[in-house]
Amino acid sequence: MNWGSIGEFFAMGGYGWYVWGSYAVTIVLIAAELVLVAARHRNTLRLTKNGSQANRR
Amino acid sequence: MNWFRYSSPQTFYPLAGKMVPWFLAAAAVLAVYGLYVGFFVAPTDFQQGESYRIIFIHVPAAWMSMFIYVVMAFWAGIGLAFNTRLSSMMATALAPTGALMTFIALWTGSLWGRPTWGTWWVWDARLTSELILLFLYFGFMSLQAAIDEPRRADKAGAVLALVGVVNVPIIYFSVQWWNTLHQGASVSLTKSPTMAATMLTGMLVMALAFWMYSIAASLIRVRAIILERERNSDWVKTL
Repeated sequence: MNWGSIGEFFAMGGYGWYVWGSYAVTIVLIAAELVLVAARHRNTLRLTKNGSQANRR
Repeated sequence: MNWFRYSSPQTFYPLAGKMVPWFLAAAAVLAVYGLYVGFFVAPTDFQQGESYRIIFIHVPAAWMSMFIYVVMAFWAGIGLAFNTRLSSMMATALAPTGALMTFIALWTGSLWGRPTWGTWWVWDARLTSELILLFLYFGFMSLQAAIDEPRRADKAGAVLALVGVVNVPIIYFSVQWWNTLHQGASVSLTKSPTMAATMLTGMLVMALAFWMYSIAASLIRVRAIILERERNSDWVKTL
């Protein structure tokens, strides 16, 4: 175990901004990509369903 | 089993849908384990202190940025040579995830370089060629977006992707060919790694996590692209 306390963990030996700045941006970007790509698939699926109903009419 | 059956968008679409949750789950489990090893098992670096813990995302993202480009160029090339629609769609689906990995590699590298080298950025061969990789991804995406007819966009993109592939070995070997501020490889196929075993474990597990994530994200995107392009075909209408 490397850390005596929660505070030490977040301080990262004085490199907190650099370490957490890296991890935070990575996590936010990956989450954003997942949300956007899932929304793209869902919207396309919805549009194709609307389109096919319109075609049947 | 006839694997070529899955080269048709219609049969690949449901297969990809079944694979996505497994790759996402694998990515999540590997990331949790990799971060546990990276933050709680791997010791403090005697030179860099705790700042080195950035490598657990920096190195996997940098590896994936190059690997995804090669896979993208491969599928684009197959699509160009054999006129297979799904291969071209796969290439298109990989580009944004590849660009994301390239950006993460540059961003985390910058945040590591500031405390370690004393600078956010330097125009050395490794950093410059990785930045060119980001522009190649952007170029591929904007070229395809600029052409309305999908098959023409596929062909134009494939030529760009295949020409740009020369940049990948330049990135990889830049630290040997030129005198770079960026350090040489700590992990290679020919030499034993020059880092502590637990650090290496954390890095490799995170690399696997990034790999599984990239597959999952690209599969979701290729499913959207399949629907967008095939929306007028009968099988899409019956979904």
